[in-house]
Amino acid sequence: MRYESPDTLEAAAKMLAAESGDARVLAGGTDLLVQIRSEILSPALVVDIKKIAETRTVSEEKGGFRIGAAVAGAELKEHAKLKKAWPGLVEAANLIGSTQVQGRCSLGGNLCNGSPAADSVPALIAAGAVASIVGPNGRRELKVEDVMLAPRKLALTKGEIIASFFLPARPAHASDAYLRFIPRTEMDIAVVGCAVSLVLDASGTCTAARVGLGAVAARPLLVEDAGKALVGTKVDEAALEKAAAAARAACKPIDDKRGTIEFRTDVAGVLTKRTALIALERARKA
Amino acid sequence: MKHHVTTTVNGDEVEFLCSTEQTLLDCLRDELDLTGAKEGCGSGDCGACSVLVDGRLVCSCLVLGVEVSGKKIETIEGMAKGDELHPLQRKFLEHAALQCGICTPGVLVAAKSLLEKNPDPTETEVRYWLAGNLCRCTGYDKIIRAVMDAAAEMRGA
Repeated sequence: MRYESPDTLEAAAKMLAAESGDARVLAGGTDLLVQIRSEILSPALVVDIKKIAETRTVSEEKGGFRIGAAVAGAELKEHAKLKKAWPGLVEAANLIGSTQVQGRCSLGGNLCNGSPAADSVPALIAAGAVASIVGPNGRRELKVEDVMLAPRKLALTKGEIIASFFLPARPAHASDAYLRFIPRTEMDIAVVGCAVSLVLDASGTCTAARVGLGAVAARPLLVEDAGKALVGTKVDEAALEKAAAAARAACKPIDDKRGTIEFRTDVAGVLTKRTALIALERARKA
Repeated sequence: MKHHVTTTVNGDEVEFLCSTEQTLLDCLRDELDLTGAKEGCGSGDCGACSVLVDGRLVCSCLVLGVEVSGKKIETIEGMAKGDELHPLQRKFLEHAALQCGICTPGVLVAAKSLLEKNPDPTETEVRYWLAGNLCRCTGYDKIIRAVMDAAAEMRGA
């Protein structure tokens, strides 16, 4: 296994594209190094992207934020302005693993690991985040909901790297939230994860809403109908029930030791309501 | 191929050779003879290998040795100043907050990092911060009490 740590995205993309064997991007390594050690992966080349400035920086851009794909969860939590604008995204990222894992794990890694249960991905989807991807043929943008295709399968071609995520500007009275169901209080993988992002007008009517769900299908989902059910309402009980029904309808979960199809589908509805209420409370104060 | 890594461990500049596959934990234990950090799970679940890299608490089993070139590493070996134990170490002894001791270096390193960020944590904050440090002997209560007591002493309370 070779190790490279280039300082530009272009050099990193070239190295990954030129490798004839398996080549992997190393960000925080909290999934990659476990998979290498357990021989699920045996890459010929590992390209560490943490010496590339864009991947390690949170910056304000066009009124919104650009978050480097390799910024650690603990660093996101310490970014006061980001946390104020996107509390749900930051809390989702901070549910990944332990304090120690938080010191390394990243949004880019959480997405590219390709797990349907990744905590930060529904929050990125609800936020309307766009991934900025650099490959051997240049840069392109892709909505986060379109990056993952199926477990461990991404819409990235050979040599492509997610460099950063762009989160759009927040108007007044906008906020987000993330909740997951796990059978304990810490250090577990979501049975269902749900993120809601809301924008209200001055009268408290919802003018925009996005709902992201995790662990209920082969990939994290944007549930457009759940968002639509909230728009134009005061996010009252009737609207919440409609959004929950849309969330349940979007579920195509598996049965496994963490939860049955019926349980996951039901919990997706319950979490959609609860998460929307937290986002609503925050948006009223924002 | 071996990598030549120069880094700082507990304030001392050190260098070592490692292969790409060697983790920081392997390098500390096998190349630098610093065996305080333990290997429990090797997958980032147990925290027995906890160290600080540039002030950030991490599992050294989930860091490659070659990644720490030019970084600042802090391990359990740097915690006591000569014969003088750190207050956390002293309180762990007073409260008998260890039995077999395998998890103890990781718990101490993690707890020290918490108290540097938050000198006055609630019990809940301590429990969540240490959720990634598994102990199979003590049942955690003594560990939590020792950390709370050390925090109080360090605040001068």
